[in-house]
Amino acid sequence: MEIDNSLCKECGICMEFCQQKAIVKNDGLKIIQEKCNSCRQCELLCPEGAICFKNEEIEKIKSKIKSEKRGGWINSKPLLKTGQKYFLSGNDACAEGALAAGCRFFAGYPITPASEILERMAIRMPKLNGSFIQMEDEIASMAAIIGASWAGVKSMTATSGPGFSLMQENISFADMTETPCVIINVQRGGPSTGMPTKPSTGDIRMARWGDHGGLQHIALCPASVQECYDLTIKAFNLSEKYRTPVIILTDAFLAHLTETLIIKPQKVFNRIYIPNEPPFGPTKNYSAPSMPNFADGEHLMITGSAHDERGWRNTADSESYEKLIHHLENKIIKKRPIDVEKFFLEDAKQIIVAYGLVGRIAKEAIKKARKKGEKIGLLRLKILWPFPTEIIKKYEKRCAKFIVPEMNQGQLFFVVREKVSAKVVSLPQQDGELINPERIYKYIMKGIW
Amino acid sequence: MTNIYSLRKKYLRIEKTTFCAGCGYGIFTNCFLKAAEELEKEGKFDFHKTIFISGIGCAAWIPNPYFLAETLHTTHGRALAFATGVKLAKPASKIVVISGDGDLATIGGNHLIHTLRRNLPMSIFCLNNYVYGMTGGQPGATTPQKTITPVTPEGSIEKPFDIIKLALGAEAKFVSRYPIVFPKNLIKGIKKNLLIGNEKSAFTEVISICPTHFGRKNNLTSPAKMLEAQKEQYISKKKALETQNPEQKKVFGDFESLDEYFNLTK
Repeated sequence: MEIDNSLCKECGICMEFCQQKAIVKNDGLKIIQEKCNSCRQCELLCPEGAICFKNEEIEKIKSKIKSEKRGGWINSKPLLKTGQKYFLSGNDACAEGALAAGCRFFAGYPITPASEILERMAIRMPKLNGSFIQMEDEIASMAAIIGASWAGVKSMTATSGPGFSLMQENISFADMTETPCVIINVQRGGPSTGMPTKPSTGDIRMARWGDHGGLQHIALCPASVQECYDLTIKAFNLSEKYRTPVIILTDAFLAHLTETLIIKPQKVFNRIYIPNEPPFGPTKNYSAPSMPNFADGEHLMITGSAHDERGWRNTADSESYEKLIHHLENKIIKKRPIDVEKFFLEDAKQIIVAYGLVGRIAKEAIKKARKKGEKIGLLRLKILWPFPTEIIKKYEKRCAKFIVPEMNQGQLFFVVREKVSAKVVSLPQQDGELINPERIYKYIMKGIW
Repeated sequence: MTNIYSLRKKYLRIEKTTFCAGCGYGIFTNCFLKAAEELEKEGKFDFHKTIFISGIGCAAWIPNPYFLAETLHTTHGRALAFATGVKLAKPASKIVVISGDGDLATIGGNHLIHTLRRNLPMSIFCLNNYVYGMTGGQPGATTPQKTITPVTPEGSIEKPFDIIKLALGAEAKFVSRYPIVFPKNLIKGIKKNLLIGNEKSAFTEVISICPTHFGRKNNLTSPAKMLEAQKEQYISKKKALETQNPEQKKVFGDFESLDEYFNLTK
């Protein structure tokens, strides 16, 4: 028996517990061999495993990686009939979009107005060999989908404002661990329990700034049932491509709006995996790193603490931490995804910047105002975050006024005002009702809100 | 290969740990590796393929970074929720959750009872050192009354949880408790948990020590003294049944039901 003094921390447990009194302190702990009767009690009780009964040369097991390179774009066969028209609600379309994108794990918690997504997933998942679970809260739902994602399955949850607040900590975890997953936030009137059955867009800044650490998120805002389906597929593709959580922001009205959905063939992106490549950033060119799963035998070290490319926790090295943060930020904004709808922008002197259902409503007001000769256009943001700064900058010089109608106290307004030098006006309406197109039209014509 | 020194070389990424001198978690690590090795020899466990999930705190650091296996080091208290996701998405995998009492039974108490209720196959080890070690020794839901901590300078007044009662109350299908001062019993307990964890949720409370934050403030001035005190406090279920437990010591072993547990401790 010997003590490896490079491991020993001299806690003294072995000394006190040795019945033979064979361990003494003399410039580090030492075993008096003559007294030791090899009972080996000290071996088990040494917290550092420093007591060596027999030193055998052992080679560390190298991970056996059998998996091959995988991932990339594939043509996916839709689950619903291609070309067929369906009559679905926004929530149902989101669920179907997710399934079409390859989502096979759903964890959620009931909340108005998002519960229909949960209910549809509960029925659809088992038929597709996927997994569904109703967790004990939204914190657990978010945790479960991150776990499932690392098990190699595309995963999603759906909630509303209060639940989205609870998810923020684990969204940060997903940011740090570069975990692809999708979160649908069916926004309702807040704060707190607020008006659970009424629409609002009060969480758009929470989608961008709600979590700790404050890194970039991708958030999409559908404006119709068709877009609920299409943008959910897009959300999964972005999430897998950028290896980041992606948030879909709908609202209580769109969730329960039932209209036509036409199914088209879709391309689906699956996360890239290259054997033995580091599973975390920083990477060259700020691309998303290779993503293994637990079955690949890579001996993963996944941690929310600051870490290096292999996952070794490193919470004291400011230089490598900064590199990691730059990687996480830049992998989204260097090649930022852009998706906007431009409506009568060519000659517009006034531009309405809107997202979600308000964007669709504003279109009606613009059509009416155009008939009266008003040079007004619409920039509708389908991808809200990251904000498409380059696009809006193009119109900055020739546009006299940007108008931002929102179903909150003016959240995107501040972002637009920050990006453009022209005049920016906020049109807030937070009363649990949709903004009436007549009200926007009246503002365009008379300037009264 | 049964000696700990070699097992640590085989199963740990690095042998040198960041735990304080005398930390009980090192003793748990020894016992876990020994149990794992014995099961591997029988072909009933594959350490390197196992998915170890932990939360936040000292205990959570045992698997990540030290265990050379698949490890997921999650947010505080949520290890079991992550584990539920992994298990459902990949049902063939072996899941072992190793975390502390603060993580699993205090901030994560809700996830604990629901995971046990749900009874998905996984092995859960709750390493109980009675305080929040990593943040400086604050009290948790398991801290005994009258314990001196940085936020209870006159002694903790809140009544603590008995985690075994909590787990049995949540209808856990396998519940056991082992103190680290009886390592041979602990090894047997870990083996049993790892095997039963293939079929259902297996929960083991491992009674550990925190000499740095608990001991120093509560007249247990060395790790050895803490272990001696632990030895005095606990009695095995077998002995408790034989002797009727006259000194009303805490009982360790496997517990089938709340009734059995109450009978042993009344």
